[in-house]
Amino acid sequence: MGKVGLLVDFTECIGCQACVKACKEQNNLPRPSYTDYSDLTAENYTVVLEKAGTNFRKLCMHCHEAACVSACPVGALQKTPEGAVTYDAGVCIGCRYCMIACPFQVPKFEWDNPFPAVRKCIYCYDIVKEGEQTACARACPTGATMFGERDRLLQVAKRRLAAQPDRYVDYIYGEKEVGGTSTLFLSGVPFDKLGFRMDLGEKSLPELTWVVLNKVPNIVITGYLLLGGIWWIVDRRKRMEAERLAEEEEHEESA
Amino acid sequence: MPRIIGKITFWRVLAAVIIVLGLIVTVRRFFFGLGTVTNLSDGFPWGLWIGFDVVSGVALAAGAFSFAFLCHVVGYGKCHPVIRPAILTGFIGYILVCVGLMYDLGKYYYIWHAITMWNHHSVMLEVAWCVMLYTTVLAIEFSPMVFEKFNLDTPRRIIAAVTIPLIITGIILSMLHQSSLGSLFLIVPEKLHPLWYSPLLPVLFFISAFTAGPAMVIFESTLSARVFKRGLPMETICNLSRFLLMGLVVYVAFRIQDLVARGALGEIFTGSFESIHFILEMLLFIIPMIILARRRAEEHLNWVFAASIMVPLGVVYNRINTCIVGMIRSSGTSYFPKWDEFVISIFLVTLGVIAFYLADKYLPVFPKEEELLPGELGAAAESA
Ligand code: SF4
Ligand code: SF4
Ligand code: SF4
Repeated sequence: MGKVGLLVDFTECIGCQACVKACKEQNNLPRPSYTDYSDLTAENYTVVLEKAGTNFRKLCMHCHEAACVSACPVGALQKTPEGAVTYDAGVCIGCRYCMIACPFQVPKFEWDNPFPAVRKCIYCYDIVKEGEQTACARACPTGATMFGERDRLLQVAKRRLAAQPDRYVDYIYGEKEVGGTSTLFLSGVPFDKLGFRMDLGEKSLPELTWVVLNKVPNIVITGYLLLGGIWWIVDRRKRMEAERLAEEEEHEESA
Repeated sequence: MPRIIGKITFWRVLAAVIIVLGLIVTVRRFFFGLGTVTNLSDGFPWGLWIGFDVVSGVALAAGAFSFAFLCHVVGYGKCHPVIRPAILTGFIGYILVCVGLMYDLGKYYYIWHAITMWNHHSVMLEVAWCVMLYTTVLAIEFSPMVFEKFNLDTPRRIIAAVTIPLIITGIILSMLHQSSLGSLFLIVPEKLHPLWYSPLLPVLFFISAFTAGPAMVIFESTLSARVFKRGLPMETICNLSRFLLMGLVVYVAFRIQDLVARGALGEIFTGSFESIHFILEMLLFIIPMIILARRRAEEHLNWVFAASIMVPLGVVYNRINTCIVGMIRSSGTSYFPKWDEFVISIFLVTLGVIAFYLADKYLPVFPKEEELLPGELGAAAESA
């Protein structure tokens, strides 16, 4: 299987929340009636909201070059070959650097649990790796949420934009954001009006830290040589100075 | 001496109150989770404990490495009398950083995963390893003070034999560590305010920490000389204050030049929340710079002492601005630490001060009076 993805076409979403309910069942999250679903939380891997006259969905973008994956010191977050970014609570140390790093503010934390975990959409990885679709895509009655190979979904999105330019803003959210994401959005309303950041750029974020990190071995080697060298020179000078003084003293004594 | 006893009692009562409060919050944190004792939220996952206890703590403990470099490697400015207090500060500082991390880590009971499970693309892993290794190095560098106290000659000689490689290792680890704390924020160009986000963050963090070192040592030596009523190695202090001035000039120049190069200079004058914090932060570097340029430690110890307080405060302010102030706008939420967060931070600082006081009292940290030149004696008492 190639890399999978989700295409959510906001213009086809009727706001029925079937995807949200399916997600909660699949991931054993508390039932919707108990929670606030105005935003992603540790209990909401996805939400469907309404703003500016359109329904829209929020969930993890499953970035190709995921900032969260590169940030996690212990590798609790992984980009799987299928494209899903998964999480292992048995590995995570709870440093929350992933939450800082994620440009979409996706990972959430169980603040009131003394034995907490980070929570976010994992593309229903258990069933996806068996070749099934995600729970949300399966539940969606209108096809607004579509599961498939990411390349093919991108073609679908492009075709829709070309066929009905009046229906959509001419933008595929996630096509290029921070190096491209597995989740793609189409919308009839400009994305920034819905709270999606349009200023993230196309560059991969992990690259920004990697340019420094990959210098570490170099710094260590150069550091040892340089500091050792300075020390050797200074120390030698000191020793010679001491010898010179000793010699002078001898001269004085013999004189 | 009733007044002195009264003073000591006051400080002791204060310390006791802080410790009791600290223990209460500790219990609450570990039984009920981070949410009960902090104002952190999904929108703002790092707060005072990361900004102050960890990131600032590491910066303030940097004296140990600036001095290892100045004293042992380049042999600058007769630093020997103050190398030990610097190492002690570093050691205590790093222990506190480790303790602070335990409070902040959500799953602290898995902290050992950082040893066994590596993601070498993560700056956080570099940070974790530097903390572990450098704390070990500092423990070894600190150990001669204990060996000396108990006249354990053999271990002392063993350590003396490996001093130079050990010290160089410490300097390199420290360099990596200071800069990696800056690198942590390289991955958030879209979140951190342009007054603080810079591709040069690791370099800036490194220079400012290096500079904080001498300031911390001037501060501690002077204070401790007053508390224990003993002489101050004036020549060292003078050399250090000159070095501090150089460090400040380099840092401020670098910082401004970085803003200019990124075209962010205009941000200073917008009058925004961030710009005000930035100006206050920079004043804590520029004022001591002016003081040190105009007042020499020989005649104006009090001025230099004041400058040596301002610089570490400036560094702390910078770290807090980077971790907290500069991150607020993009988060879409607000954050101000809960009182419990302050309690833990103050609690840790208090433990540090007590540890320093006890070590200073019982271990050979500062040189004995007779080891100082006669002319250096009493300078502190006179100017105090
Ligand atoms: S959206 Fe955030 S959490 Fe999801 S993969 Fe990208 S960086 Fe990770
Ligand atoms: S909180 Fe957990 S998943 Fe997130 S970066 Fe830290 S260790 Fe990794
Ligand atoms: S199931 Fe489909 S139509 Fe219903 S809210 Fe989710 S995305 Fe929209």
